[in-house]
Amino acid sequence: MTSSYLLAGGTLADGRKADVLIGNGVIIEVGESIQNSEASLAQRIDVSGCKVLPGLVDLHTHLREPGREESETVHSGSQAAAKGGFTAVSAMANTFPVADTAGVVEQVYRLGQASGLCDVYPVGAVTQGLAGKQLAELGAMAQSAARVRVFSDDGNCVFDPMVMRRALEYVKQFNGVIAQHAQEPSLTQAAQMNEGIVSSKLGLKGWPAVAEEAIIARDVLLADHVKSRLHICHVTTAGGVEIIRWAKARGINVSAEVTPHHLLLTDEMAQSYNPVFKVNPPLRTQTDVMALREGLADGPIDIVATDHAPHPTEDKECEWEHAAFGMIGLETAFSIVQKTMIDSSMMSWEDLVDRLSSAPARIAGYADHGKKVVAGSSAHLTVINPSLSWRVDRDLVASRSRNTPFHGMELPGKVVATFFRGIPTVLNGKLVEAVTGE
Amino acid sequence: MRHLLSINDLDKTKALSILDTALELARISDAPVKKLPTLRGRTIVNLFFEDSTRTRISFEAAAKRLSADVINFSAKGSSVSKGESLKDTAQTLQAMGADAVIIRHSASGAPRWLADSEWIAGSVINAGDGTHEHPTQALLDAFTIRKHLGSSTGDLQGLHVAIVGDILHSRVARSNALLLSMLGAQVTLVAPPTLLPVGVDSWPVKVSYDFDSVLPHVDAVMMLRVQQERMQDFFFPTAREYSHFFGLNRDRMSLMKKSAIIMHPGPMNRGLEITAECADSARSVIVEQVANGVSVRMAVLYLLLAGATQEQGVLQ
Amino acid sequence: MSVAMPAVDISRALTRIAHEILERNGGADSITLLGIPTRGAHLAKRLAQSIATIEAVPLTQIAVGTLDITMHRDDLRLRAPRALMPTVIPAAGIQGRHVILIDDVFFSGRTIRAALDALGEMGRPKSVQLAVLVDRGHRELPIRADFVGKNLPTSLTQSVKVHLSEIDGVDEVVIEDEAEL
Repeated sequence: MTSSYLLAGGTLADGRKADVLIGNGVIIEVGESIQNSEASLAQRIDVSGCKVLPGLVDLHTHLREPGREESETVHSGSQAAAKGGFTAVSAMANTFPVADTAGVVEQVYRLGQASGLCDVYPVGAVTQGLAGKQLAELGAMAQSAARVRVFSDDGNCVFDPMVMRRALEYVKQFNGVIAQHAQEPSLTQAAQMNEGIVSSKLGLKGWPAVAEEAIIARDVLLADHVKSRLHICHVTTAGGVEIIRWAKARGINVSAEVTPHHLLLTDEMAQSYNPVFKVNPPLRTQTDVMALREGLADGPIDIVATDHAPHPTEDKECEWEHAAFGMIGLETAFSIVQKTMIDSSMMSWEDLVDRLSSAPARIAGYADHGKKVVAGSSAHLTVINPSLSWRVDRDLVASRSRNTPFHGMELPGKVVATFFRGIPTVLNGKLVEAVTGE
Repeated sequence: MRHLLSINDLDKTKALSILDTALELARISDAPVKKLPTLRGRTIVNLFFEDSTRTRISFEAAAKRLSADVINFSAKGSSVSKGESLKDTAQTLQAMGADAVIIRHSASGAPRWLADSEWIAGSVINAGDGTHEHPTQALLDAFTIRKHLGSSTGDLQGLHVAIVGDILHSRVARSNALLLSMLGAQVTLVAPPTLLPVGVDSWPVKVSYDFDSVLPHVDAVMMLRVQQERMQDFFFPTAREYSHFFGLNRDRMSLMKKSAIIMHPGPMNRGLEITAECADSARSVIVEQVANGVSVRMAVLYLLLAGATQEQGVLQ
Repeated sequence: MSVAMPAVDISRALTRIAHEILERNGGADSITLLGIPTRGAHLAKRLAQSIATIEAVPLTQIAVGTLDITMHRDDLRLRAPRALMPTVIPAAGIQGRHVILIDDVFFSGRTIRAALDALGEMGRPKSVQLAVLVDRGHRELPIRADFVGKNLPTSLTQSVKVHLSEIDGVDEVVIEDEAEL
């Protein structure tokens, strides 16, 4: 019926009070107490007490389709994204078949379009079958309808230094970026959790911080050498933050992400042997957590990315060593960032918008996303009530999987509404039925 | 206390209570008739996902001497690569009315996971999980040390125990480091740095790379099994070099105090971590450890299972 | 609380029981005294001393030990497991001996039933006799005592406590009413 909305009484990231009028997929007007004929025709939504922010952008999402649809589909993942306030996600390549050809990335892209809840941008594999041996057809994926710009073997590290060098060089021709999963494989064979005091007591095979840091160090040097663009996925260690800080100071073109779970949880969680806390890279120590928060606040780490990794119950309801790595995170990401960074006064709301929307959109080249809330921008918006807290319930998630480590936790900040290209995907904290049908 | 999953489930009082009970049970076991009616009508399941004949028969003997019904469930080799199997198995045992499940598993933490699940209502006893813990082995080792070197009912205050070998992969070492130090002994781990876990400095122990300098000061030396295949993972260059620096042989034995004893949780790699001469010497209490294992496991079963509700146990 | 037996009565009763045991068994040669811990064990030692004195032999010639019956109780499921007390069988064993079980208070008879079970698994005594300091009645099993220090009719709401100097610093038997507890 109506395709224009007046978000009335909210606050922008910079603290200004402003109504936001949207219609035809774009922001028409932003200002105090908008009262004009268009506004009077629009559906008015009272968002007083809420923050009206650009739609969140995730650079690291596992949507599992094709091949692992029992865990997640592009559609269910998009629902989870919308519920979490995201309007763009980046579908990682480790599907079955692997997203290493134009065909697969186009399929994922179209599934996203069909779902229509957010933009789903496929990430292309760096190497064929994620095997680390032969480059995948990066150019074909870049040229495809999906217009892939981010390439990653995530789940696997592009370990061979020559393969990594060539990949960094090759993507320069279409301004691509290699997103590296930094994990030295022979130092982490059969590794189960962060190597340290806790692993020594639990008898779980250790995953040393150096296995991550060594690859980060190597790759920033390679990126410097070939003058290309490198992105480091899910940094987890204080040492990694320091290396990236050093690389940036030298002017190396590197960006980095941290996940919400690494901003909050530590390896102490493994003491329960509950595999819901098993994740790659592993949860680290409190020292690392604090370094990651600092790094996110003051520069070395550019963005927060969810590494949303759904797994079916049977892959998590088992012995730790036999369980799959990964946690879902789209629906809790915002709240964890508010809890760790805003409520602790380490970051402002403008910083949060940068780390969760503008910066990831810029790194990945998602031109339509991460724009300021001003007239003319596409109407990708997230409305947050920062003073509402809520309890995470794994049985109430939109994702097809329930492997959230935050189950039962009381978190601050609720996504009240999400608008994707001017259409509400979430209202009153609930998915909008009309757009959720496949 | 309902479960025994880790030495951390115990405090000094509880640990001593197990040892004291085991001492009395050992006396009964010396009598011609070894059976007690204590756990008549109770069902105890030996759930072994990993081969260990010696531990299984030790628990089986303990349970049978207390007149419990024992079911041996060997899940090794079946499709246990996934947890579904542990869950299904646990639910099966629950349906059969198991009062206690004694679990041996190659995955660290499997007993804890089973105990914390709602799949079974009975007690869970850890009979060795991966490279985590083996609490009843540590209890029988403490029992053996106390019998030889301590006052028979006191703690291990003033004693010095060296644990030697592959600490990194040893559940026996983890449980013993916790228990022996809890009971007042000084524990020194002796191993090449490759076979010590990162983070060992947080353990209540001392660490040494020099076996010869430690030996003259210890009251008991506990040799751990070293697996030949560790060489392939570069933990040490050759078996010969390992034995040279960390094996117990005649020359090293001569460095020990007169009263000091030699222990080994078994199975031994004769010639690698210990020579036959040492294993079979008068100082060796290795065979006795096996016998003590039955008494200690009887004590654990009695104390965990005898009460009407688990909350009433002596170990509470 | 009332004192049912002062120290002097306890001493007199034990001496009498010692004489009775010797008389019944024709001397001390074939008897084995087994006290049921905790207080029965101390009573057994006192009886052994008494018997040695009467027979004018060294105490070491009297076979005396303890028999813990915890693992044989029939109420293990109903109450918290107890720590075990020592069982010490004298070198002569029990095979073919006249075994005298010794306990402080004789009540339901269940303790003695458990003791008989425990004994039965150790061997075959020639006879088993029972000596108790106090018999308070209320038997739940067809068991009787051979030697009784004092019969003490009580109600079920009362409790009978034997205090011995070895543990309690004083020798006395007291009766407490439930309300006092």
